[in-house]
Amino acid sequence: MTTDLTPRTAPTTTPDVHAARPGARRGRRLRGAAPLLWAAPPVALLAVFFLYPLALVVRQSVQPDTGGVSLKPYADVFASPAFREALWTTVWLALASTAGCLVLGFLLALVIAFVPFPGARAVARFIDVFLSFPSFLITLALLFVYGRTGLANGLWTGATGAPDGPFAFLTTPWGVLLAEVTYFTPFVMRPLLAAFAQLDTAQLEAAGSLGARAPRIVRQVIWPEALPALAAGGSLVLVLCLNEFGIVLFTGAKGVTTLPMLVYGKAILESDYPGACVVAVVNVLISVGLYGLYRVVSRRAGA
Amino acid sequence: MSIRFDSVTVAYDGNVVLDSLDLTVAPGEVMALLGPSGSGKTTALRAVAGFVRPASGRVLLGGRDVTDLPPHRRGIGMVVQQYALFPHLRVEDNVAFGLKARRTPRAEIRGRVAEALEMTGMAAYARRYPRELSGGQQQRVAIARALAVRPAVLLLDEPLSALDARLRSGMLAELARLHRELPDVSILYVTHDQMEALTLADRIAVMDKARLRACGTPRELYRAPTDAFTASFVGNANLLPVTVTASGAALGGAELTVDTAGAAAGARATLCVRPHLVGLGDGPNRLTGTVREIQWRGSTHRLHVEVAGHPVMADLPELRDPPAHGAEVALHFAPEDAVLLAAGVGGDDH
Repeated sequence: MTTDLTPRTAPTTTPDVHAARPGARRGRRLRGAAPLLWAAPPVALLAVFFLYPLALVVRQSVQPDTGGVSLKPYADVFASPAFREALWTTVWLALASTAGCLVLGFLLALVIAFVPFPGARAVARFIDVFLSFPSFLITLALLFVYGRTGLANGLWTGATGAPDGPFAFLTTPWGVLLAEVTYFTPFVMRPLLAAFAQLDTAQLEAAGSLGARAPRIVRQVIWPEALPALAAGGSLVLVLCLNEFGIVLFTGAKGVTTLPMLVYGKAILESDYPGACVVAVVNVLISVGLYGLYRVVSRRAGA
Repeated sequence: MSIRFDSVTVAYDGNVVLDSLDLTVAPGEVMALLGPSGSGKTTALRAVAGFVRPASGRVLLGGRDVTDLPPHRRGIGMVVQQYALFPHLRVEDNVAFGLKARRTPRAEIRGRVAEALEMTGMAAYARRYPRELSGGQQQRVAIARALAVRPAVLLLDEPLSALDARLRSGMLAELARLHRELPDVSILYVTHDQMEALTLADRIAVMDKARLRACGTPRELYRAPTDAFTASFVGNANLLPVTVTASGAALGGAELTVDTAGAAAGARATLCVRPHLVGLGDGPNRLTGTVREIQWRGSTHRLHVEVAGHPVMADLPELRDPPAHGAEVALHFAPEDAVLLAAGVGGDDH
């Protein structure tokens, strides 16, 4: 059947046919003008509000205060221990937070999707609401509980009479990690729950009737179906963590400097605009690169 | 291994979907649960599998109470309408799944998988993925997967419903052959298709509205149905409202000779006559009526005749000279081909 069809369909797909009819070709070009007009406003808006400022940032990053155009700001920033430390802190915090979100998100989504308990649907709906919360809110809430004068330390000092409570981790990287995992876990759960809803319950029952217990069913039936959603959710969280500013600022962790914090510090506190722009450019490159990865992964997942 | 339902009742949110089912499937027997959708037949099967918990009653497998056992400890094989194969596993790994879950020695798994695939004619497809197979092939793999664990009880939930008519009759023959090869396996076969039930089952349990209506061999249920619902669901049936008389039954003005089985004269009853047992022309138990419809079906003619205000169907060998539409005709049937049923038992909805 295919061999029969090929000779007939092949000519219509070759461009020669259109070249032989110039009239048809011009008509197509005229029709093509209108869509281009429609594209102009969004492109203009994009240019004015996003591309131009971004270009200014890039230009500033190659214009040191001493004047002229050079890559000296890059050399300076890359050579500074503060930048290297911030880069490392940013990357490991983002990776660790993502890993934490994936583990916690997978476990919670499993419970919500497959363990029948009253209110499961309400919990799933709350996760949608949670996604709309500002990130600093979580940090603020954690401060009320674990902060220096928070609930937990207050109970401790009240009970023992000690001047300080035992909970001081909130101003360390671990505090940032806890806040980021808490805040970003729902971003992993959302696509996971969607994937689990697609899963044919007959498969789970077939596995059960064949003698598989819950761990084997999770490992061999649910896990392969969850992988695309995990990859999509995970890469989204990774990008968001790399750029997270509010959480790091609100924990008040002096020692925890991430790239966004470094940009803030250089630009607002030190007025070192070229340096700030260099860090910003690096941050943008990492984000865009990871976003590209996210798109590839999520398209494969159909999310 | 026998399957026994002991007063099994299942309810969802106070809605009774299976009402006090008592039924025993003997070891090696094929029992069809036949009924329309919503009759509770699938619920009964799921109660055996362990996916629904009875509100009351017990499920016993081989005499052992399994009501509180989780599905993975019941040792059953199950095949459902939509195959439910694991999409990311090759055919051979799908079939091996149950063996691995039951910690069968690795050396043994290979042979058992090959055996199950051989039995279902899928040996050539071991390395394929489910999405690369047709519906019929996927169902064969699902059957192989269920058989690989050598279950003593096999549950089949509408296994042929997703297949087209030709494939279905082929698979029906395959299932019959599989059962001859595995005579010790008890099979509970849920279906809404009377042909599947009549072809495959040793006994049929007819279900309607969460209740068991009748249970017997296909021949018993077909020849001597006990109620109108069973009569119309197992094969076609003419169900005629009659009045019991001293010598038989009366329909309109016609006096019919049938076995009254001790019913009191004057009582109202339903007379069941299979359409293919109705003859055209004069004979014993003569009925006259008007032809309302004639359907030519190749080898047969189906006549719809209105007798004393009631429709009567007659399936006749192809007529050389069929009666005209609106013609007055005489029909007859042998006294032993009619069954008198108690009146008003569910016959009104069919």
